[in-house]
Amino acid sequence: MESFFLVIATLCYLSGTIGYFIYLLKDREVLPRISWTLLLVGALFHGAALVMRAIGMGHFPVTSIREAISLFTWVFVVTYLVIQVKLKLRILGSFVSPLAVIFMVSSRLLPTQAIRTNGSFRSGWLIAHVSSIFLANALFAMLFSLGIMYLLQERGIKKKNFGLLYERLPSLDRIDSLAHVCLMAGFPLMTAGLITGFVYAAMVWRSPWNWDPKEILSVVTWLIYAVLVHERLTVGWRGRRAAWLAIIGFSATVLTFILASLLLAGHHSVISKNFYG
Amino acid sequence: MVHIILLGMNHKTAPVEVREQLAVACRKEVNPLHMLPHLEHVEELIYVSTCNRVEFLFTCGSLSEAIAEVKALLRTHVGLPSSVPLDSYLYVHKDLEAVKHLFMVASSLDSMVVGEPQILGQLKEAYRTAVEYRSVKTVLNRLMHKSFSVAKRVRTETCIGSCAVSVSYAAVELARKIFGQIKDKRVLLIGAGEMAELAAEHFLRQGVKTMMVANRTLERAVELAARFKAETVPFAALLEALKAADIVVSSTGAPQPIISYRDIKARMRERRNKPLFFIDIAVPRDIDPKANQIDNVYVYDIDDLQGVIEFNKEERLSQARAAEHIIDEETIKFRNWMESLSVSPTIVSVREKAEKIRQDELRKTFSQLPDLNDRQREAIEILTSSIIKKLLHDPIIFLKKKAQREARAVYMDFTLQLFNLIETIDEVDGAQAESPKAQEPEFFKAAKK
Repeated sequence: MESFFLVIATLCYLSGTIGYFIYLLKDREVLPRISWTLLLVGALFHGAALVMRAIGMGHFPVTSIREAISLFTWVFVVTYLVIQVKLKLRILGSFVSPLAVIFMVSSRLLPTQAIRTNGSFRSGWLIAHVSSIFLANALFAMLFSLGIMYLLQERGIKKKNFGLLYERLPSLDRIDSLAHVCLMAGFPLMTAGLITGFVYAAMVWRSPWNWDPKEILSVVTWLIYAVLVHERLTVGWRGRRAAWLAIIGFSATVLTFILASLLLAGHHSVISKNFYG
Repeated sequence: MVHIILLGMNHKTAPVEVREQLAVACRKEVNPLHMLPHLEHVEELIYVSTCNRVEFLFTCGSLSEAIAEVKALLRTHVGLPSSVPLDSYLYVHKDLEAVKHLFMVASSLDSMVVGEPQILGQLKEAYRTAVEYRSVKTVLNRLMHKSFSVAKRVRTETCIGSCAVSVSYAAVELARKIFGQIKDKRVLLIGAGEMAELAAEHFLRQGVKTMMVANRTLERAVELAARFKAETVPFAALLEALKAADIVVSSTGAPQPIISYRDIKARMRERRNKPLFFIDIAVPRDIDPKANQIDNVYVYDIDDLQGVIEFNKEERLSQARAAEHIIDEETIKFRNWMESLSVSPTIVSVREKAEKIRQDELRKTFSQLPDLNDRQREAIEILTSSIIKKLLHDPIIFLKKKAQREARAVYMDFTLQLFNLIETIDEVDGAQAESPKAQEPEFFKAAKK
């Protein structure tokens, strides 16, 4: 039942993405409405599957990287659905929905092997850690999409060579100020996520900092965003550079999330051999 | 046979460097028209010079000699060294082509910004100067007047004028793509010029609240400021104004860029990297085009903006076709007038022959009747004169009607034989070449009918 729901959710995301893609090329108002609804239906099935999983296991479903990415995808899609209702920037869907499909499909491809910890998945700190980190990363993924939109639009205007997208994409200022909002909302959440993570680590492993590769990479990612926030607030960094940094930041996040979990040794890792008690 | 020749270069045929040299030359005080007395083969001459074109319009009897003379004149006037291969930049239009080209120029179809209204004023100015130099006579006089009315016709009957508006529209649209909302943005207008003012007006209509005007001459700045409800900025403080402005519309006549890459780069930090959009309407350019590479700085010149409107190219093309149709029509009308010119000498010689006969006969009559008083003499003069007029009236009308027909030559030949004018017409032709002005009213009458 659960995997059936996940398949339906994936198909919904995929068809929503196709709808948004056609909308990118053709300005038909029904397209984004249908696509948004498809994403919503997908999110409902996805959510139901996650709840089933959580009930079945009796704790928060982040025990494997597959579960983690699946949950993150759900947070991401829901965040987008809410933002879309608030902002009415339909074209954003064309850049966000493909990410949802990529995350969803990659979560199906990644190993299901559980992350071995000492079974404290019910801790409030962990829930706070995971949800704030996931929400922050959902916003950063949005920031990534906005960065790509900005670079595409800016390239057209700079090169004075207007392609199909010139008409379809919003103004540079609109994209940039949205990116600003996403960053300013995402950064405190990420900070909070890191802090709760340290607290949780301190409780479970007696030390907040364990030189775990994922910890190191997370801090590096946090630093990238910290630079972006700082530059935006002090010298008014914006536009192309900010967009590039947002893209780099999110790429680093993905790297942290996948590589560190999958390949490197540490307590966030799936295949870690030496494991702290 | 009189030829009309138009020789020149414009933005389509000459590269930027040569054009920029033209732009410098066009600000020269000396007008090449003063050289007309030294040009042996050129009869009438008009010199049109704008920042995008230099054209000589002239009439002549012998083509190749006159063209060579005018080319030499152009070279010396623009100050091009003989190493520059001038011929490849030049176009030479003859007769009807020249007429058509002039009509295209006047109607702003040949302009860089198609439909811009400035060119007509520049043509009128060129004509006025030529009148001052007394270098226009029958043919060019009529041709220029005709071109003004063609331009007016094109403007009222097509929407070609709105194409220039669409350049400013494109500028506003681009500003929207950069800034989103433009209501709270500040527009800085540097220099003046119809295109720049058009763009500024467009921004105002789109809701821009704050406008600043910088001009080298304070009076002009004050005048513009009053018109756009703007504040004035001293020209010297121009670069400081870049800190506050968001959109800069520039069109000064400066030969070098007035705002450099460095000027802008240095001010971006103070602007906290807020986007800055330059619309450079000037030729040569006012803004260093390299500035476009600076982050959050966008520099568009008039060519770039033209590129933006390629979007509604179809519409523009159909308007241009409509305009060209008008021009073709008017060109044919003008051709008819030109052709009636060769009818006119015939008519003139018919009249002259009649007048000569009348004078001879009057002299004989008066010598036989010495008792006539002045009143009686006058009455006889009037009588004979009106007999001749009435008698010749119908044949002349007939000739003028035939002037526009292909078979004109046959009628002309017939007339010459009928009145036995073969010898006299040659004399009249020669006389006309010397002082065509004398016969001007005749031509106009002929053309009007």
